[in-house]
Parts: sequence; C-alpha cells; structure tokens
Amino acid sequence: MSSSIQTSPLIPAPGPLPASLQFTDEGRLQHLLTIEGLSHALITEILDTAESFASMNAKSVKKVPLLRGKTVVNLFFEASTRTRTTFELAAKRLSADVLNINISTSATVKGESLLDTLRNLEAMYVDMFVVRHQASGAAHFIARHVASHVAVLNAGDGRHAHPTQALLDMFTIRRHKGDFSALRVAIVGDILHSRVARSQIHALNILNTGEIRVIAPQSLLPAHVESLGVHVYNDIRAGLRDVDVVIMLRLQRERMEAGLLPSEHEFFQLYGLTQERLALANPGCLVMHPGPANRGVEIDSRVADGPQSVILEQVTYGIAVRMAVMSMIMGGGLTQ
Amino acid sequence: MKLLIENGRLVDPAQGLDRVASIYIQRDAVVALDDAPEGFEPQRRIDAAGRLVIPGVVDLAARLREPGQEHKATIASETRAASSAGITTLCCPPDTNPPVDSPAEVELITRRAKQACGVRVHALGALTAGLGGDQLSEMAALKRAGVLGVSQALKPMASHLLLRRAMEYAASHELTVFLHPIDWSLNAHGCVHEGPVGTRLGLPGIPEAAETAALGMILALTEQTGVRVHLCRLSTARAAHLVARARADGLPVSADVAAHQLFLTDMDVADFNTLCHVMPPLRSQRDRDGLRQAVADGAVSVICSDHQPHEADTKLAPFPDTQPGISALETLVPLTLRLVEEGVLNLTEAVRCLTANPAAILGLPVGTLAPGHRADICILDMDADYAPEPGNWVSQGRNSPFFGWTFRGRVTHTLVAGRVIYEHAQR
Repeated sequence: MSSSIQTSPLIPAPGPLPASLQFTDEGRLQHLLTIEGLSHALITEILDTAESFASMNAKSVKKVPLLRGKTVVNLFFEASTRTRTTFELAAKRLSADVLNINISTSATVKGESLLDTLRNLEAMYVDMFVVRHQASGAAHFIARHVASHVAVLNAGDGRHAHPTQALLDMFTIRRHKGDFSALRVAIVGDILHSRVARSQIHALNILNTGEIRVIAPQSLLPAHVESLGVHVYNDIRAGLRDVDVVIMLRLQRERMEAGLLPSEHEFFQLYGLTQERLALANPGCLVMHPGPANRGVEIDSRVADGPQSVILEQVTYGIAVRMAVMSMIMGGGLTQ
Repeated sequence: MKLLIENGRLVDPAQGLDRVASIYIQRDAVVALDDAPEGFEPQRRIDAAGRLVIPGVVDLAARLREPGQEHKATIASETRAASSAGITTLCCPPDTNPPVDSPAEVELITRRAKQACGVRVHALGALTAGLGGDQLSEMAALKRAGVLGVSQALKPMASHLLLRRAMEYAASHELTVFLHPIDWSLNAHGCVHEGPVGTRLGLPGIPEAAETAALGMILALTEQTGVRVHLCRLSTARAAHLVARARADGLPVSADVAAHQLFLTDMDVADFNTLCHVMPPLRSQRDRDGLRQAVADGAVSVICSDHQPHEADTKLAPFPDTQPGISALETLVPLTLRLVEEGVLNLTEAVRCLTANPAAILGLPVGTLAPGHRADICILDMDADYAPEPGNWVSQGRNSPFFGWTFRGRVTHTLVAGRVIYEHAQR
C-alpha cells in the first residue's frame, strides 16, 4: 500500500464540540450557535451591552456606525418574519449592509447543496451569516465549513437552539426581576419540538435560576427532559403554583396531525394560560411568549394583552440583544 | 500451485484449534496440517512464524453499491478493500438499484465479483418484489440463481400479514430470512437514539421500542411459521436479551451486531458528527455493554461490518440531512480483535464470530482451515500496528469515524482458494 493514494475528497473530521466551536483560541466569541457552554459572565456581558443599545433604540436617531462597511447575510431556509426583521433592523442600526436570502424558494430547490450555497455567498466577501434552518445542527455545520473570516449567528436550527431568543428572554426577565437565583420559571407547551425552550433552559441554568419547570403532556416532552436540569409537571395547576415567570410556547397545528394531541380545544382546556390559572402563580408573575402567539390555543387574549404580559417588550428587546451579539462578534474584544 | 504456510499460530474455532502448525495447500484447498502429504513440494512458502493464521473472514453484511450506485463504490473497489482486511467472503443485502429481486441481478453481481480480485461475493435476494413490501418476490428463482437467503433490507413491509406470508413462503423453499428488527412507524423520522444526547441536540429520536417491538413481532411469527430467521444489526441491550431468551426456548433464530455498535455510543454523535450517523442508531453506554455481553454469551453470534460506503457529499450536510452508514470493511477485524484486548472475548470466540458462525448462517462450507476445505485464509502480524487514515484506506467510501484510532495487529496476507489475493508490502 502506498501512502500517497489520494482519491475522493476527504470528509473532514467533526472537530471541536458544539459549545467550543463558538470561541476562538483566545476565548473570544466568534460564532453564536448555542447557549450551551457560555459562561455566566459572558451572558451577563451580552445583557449589559444590550442594555446600552436598548436605551439608544428609544431615541430619535437610532443608528451607530459600529459595523459600517460590514455585510450581514440573513440566510433563512425556513420562513420567519419576526426574527428576520429584528435581525435586519439590528444590523441596520449598527450601520451594516444587509442582504436577505430566502433559500427555501431558491437554490436548494434547484438541487444545490447547502455547502455550494455557502461557498457562493462566501465568495462575495460577506462578514456574517445569520442562519435559520429546519435541521438541528445546521448552524454548527455552517460554522464548521465556513471561511474563517465569516461569523455565524444561529437564528434557529431545527429543534436544537435559538440562542438570541433565549438571550432576549433573559434580558426581559432581568429587567423586571433582577436576580435569577430567587426565581421560579415555568415553560409551558410543546417542549419536544422547541429550540426556544432548549436554549431558555440552558440560559436559565447558567444564570443559576432557582427552579426551572416544564409543563406539558408526556407526548410533547422530549425523552429524559429532566436531564436538562428541569422539573417536570404534567398538570398546569401544580406547575404554575408559586412561579415568577411563565413562558408559553407556540403550538403548531401539525402536532395534532402527528397524533401528539387530540385537538387544540383540549390543549387549551388543559394547558391554555387563562387569568384564573395565572392567579395560581406569584403576584406580579411575568407572562412571556416567543411569538407568534395562538390566542385561544395556548394563551387567552386577556392574558396576552393583560398587565402581566411582556410579550411586546420581548420583541423590542430582541433588537437590542441582537445588536449586542452582532457588535460583540464582529466588533471583537469579547472574551469568555 | 502448492503453497506452504509455515509455523503460524493457527486459530480455527471450527476445529477447536489454537496451536502452532503449518498449512499445506494444493490447488484451491487445504490438504493437510502439521505434516506434509507425501511428495508435497511447495512452489511458495509463507513464513508465518509469530503470525496469527485464521480462516478467511466471512462478512454477513456489506453494501458494495453495485448495481446502481457506482458513484459510491463498486464490486471491484470494495472487494479490494475486503481483501486488504482479511475478508474472503462477503454477503451483500439486496437493496441495490435495482434491487436483487430477480436472477438477472444475482447473475450480474456474481459476474462482476468473478472479474474482481477474488473475494467471494454472495447476494441475498429481496423478500418482496422490488423491496416494495407488498408482493412476494420469486424466491424459488432467486434460490436457483444462487442467493443464500432473502431479506427486506432497510425497507418496511406493508403489513404483518405479508411478512407472515413471506416467511411461510421462504420456509417452503428452505431459505433463511434476514430481517432487521425495525418498526418503521416507531422509527418515524428519527436519526439518533432517543435519550439525553438526542434531547440536548434537538435531533429526532428513535426509541428502543422501535427495535424491541419489531423483534417481538418477528419472534412471534418465527414461532408460527418455523422459518429460520437471522436478525440483522441489533442495537439495544433489551433486544439482545430477547434473542437470548428466544434461542434458549429453541426458536431457530440467530443474530448479528455491527462492529461499530460494540464501540461507539450516542455520545459520539454529540458534536453532530455525521460520520456516526447510522441505522439503527448508536445507542446508550448500557446498550453497548449489553451487546458486548450478548456477543460474549453467544446469543449474538456474528460480528459484521455493516459496510456502507458513501461519497463525501452525503456526509457534508446538517446531521438529519445526511445518509446513515459507515465504510467499515477495513475496521471489522481490527475492532473485533480489540474486543479480545479489552477482555470481552477470548481470541477463539472473536475468530468464531468472524468465521465459523457467519459461514454456518449462510450455509457455506467456509470459515475453517480443516483439510478438504477451500483455502480461504487470513494472516495477521499481531506485533504490528494498524492506524486507518486516508492515505492507507482502500475502500472508495471514506466515511469512517475510526480514522485516528490505532489498532494492534495488521493483515499481512489474504488467500482465497489457495491464491494470495492480498499481501501487505513490508516497509
């Protein structure tokens, strides 16, 4: 056997673990792929940075030149309005150029592989990909194969992670409640399919939250969910007792077709957040939802629009948090 | 041609043999051990002193990708890889394109194998027409063409009723039925073991019950139909336990495990490593240990490669979008011998799982060094190391998670029917 044989291209070894792939050798954040593996200090720093952008966003002139000359590509393989829009606004307020590419209707339909799509965009000298993809691990895959000058920001991959959503939720909770260690937080609904829930759970754990609960029927819980560091409740009444924050998740209609639930009606009967159920929680309990909410399915309109709801604040803060993450990754200087 | 393999350590479980001896080969067969037959003048001598000499390895499951997927691999390329790895007989599942559901495909595979390096290739026939799962294949014609059994490969059956009919029909033709215990509806769109790792990664899970439920059903139908069943690629400890019990009850079933299932677990997927995407999935540590125990106990009697060569592109995508499978011919013997190093099996047991046991399941008179048998032989230098890497890899499929591992023992010679078809160049 000669050792010089080299035929078909080599499949690269998988390389570093998902959490460590996010950092440079010096410990600087170079991609944001998942909350897992971030330190308490780093999350705090991101939230502090977002704080300064949040006050700026309320002013009449909302633009800073931090990322002037940089190009951000919103690479969305899955439909999204809210997330894409807030990423676009965040990038523009940092003075970056923004390109929106909706791949579900273009290249991949023509049979182009994800890697080919990536290589083509890379060749245009862009600086950041904001990626949403239906497959878990897609953002990691892209980060692993992208040119070294390009940063990757995960805007949601399959059921795996949605780190900026979790960060804006932490930002919202911190603004209202301050210290996490005294808090009980409940996440209600379709945990199984939720990348938001997974990222929230990691973030809440890293921030030393007093107790994290998930509330759902068994059919909407992933196997061994307790291994993520949560307490499981099948009954919403027991689960909401004494909580300080309740996060409702969106229930998608496909879940009924897949036989995970009998009907939207029964789900609302058992798990819908009503005023009466909210009263079981601590006074001043925050009501949150990553949006878009299904009124009458997972949440009653009176609660969604009620005084304890911070759902619209979450959207507003989403811009500041995304500005913070983008500026920290592309502006440099941040260390773990 | 007369050939003499001198003074190797012969390990042949079929004869209960483990001692230093010489092998005398004339034409295509072993003619004697120890003492030379009268007038035996070897034209070639192989000095095997200090080497391990075992029967040529019989691999129960290797996809060669021909016909239909020659961009992944060919019979020529993969038999060459097999020969370099001490494998002398390969059994390939029927899920080629088109599937092996008529004598034409069997003949094509046989013909291509004859033109290749000499490794013997046997096809399994499709259990159903086109592997569609809804109509029986012409099993009698397939048997006449030379298939050693019938299989549904990794395709679902339309109903339990049809599986029952297929098993009955195979029984009347004395064909062994090779079945993967996978309930495809429970499998759903899963791509990893359903457990804490899959939950953390957000990858759709495949529950243990996808295997145990299908296995329970197959065992019930085996009892009903009396057909000989070989259970392919167990992945869970519980399934291995069920097979052990069924065998103890006297059911005519045997089972195999892919070598990688005895070493890797779902933890190896944990960085979205697409090279560890396999079907059935890598399971928990407990499952891996249970499978090792089942191999040691003999309930799972065969270790196979489950070789599935792929072109690079199929693994260069987000994990759920990649195709499952490992290019595994070249790590079958090294991984199995590592089980000996790790104290799971003794050397005789390990060799039996690679030779006599798979040969018996296929009903082939191979897997032994006994005089009168075809001289299919593998010689290993157990003092040499083998470290698979792209530079010394032979298979066209480079999708192996074992690059970077170092194994003790290296194949130096492979013989089929008395002919040296592979010889490792000495450095």
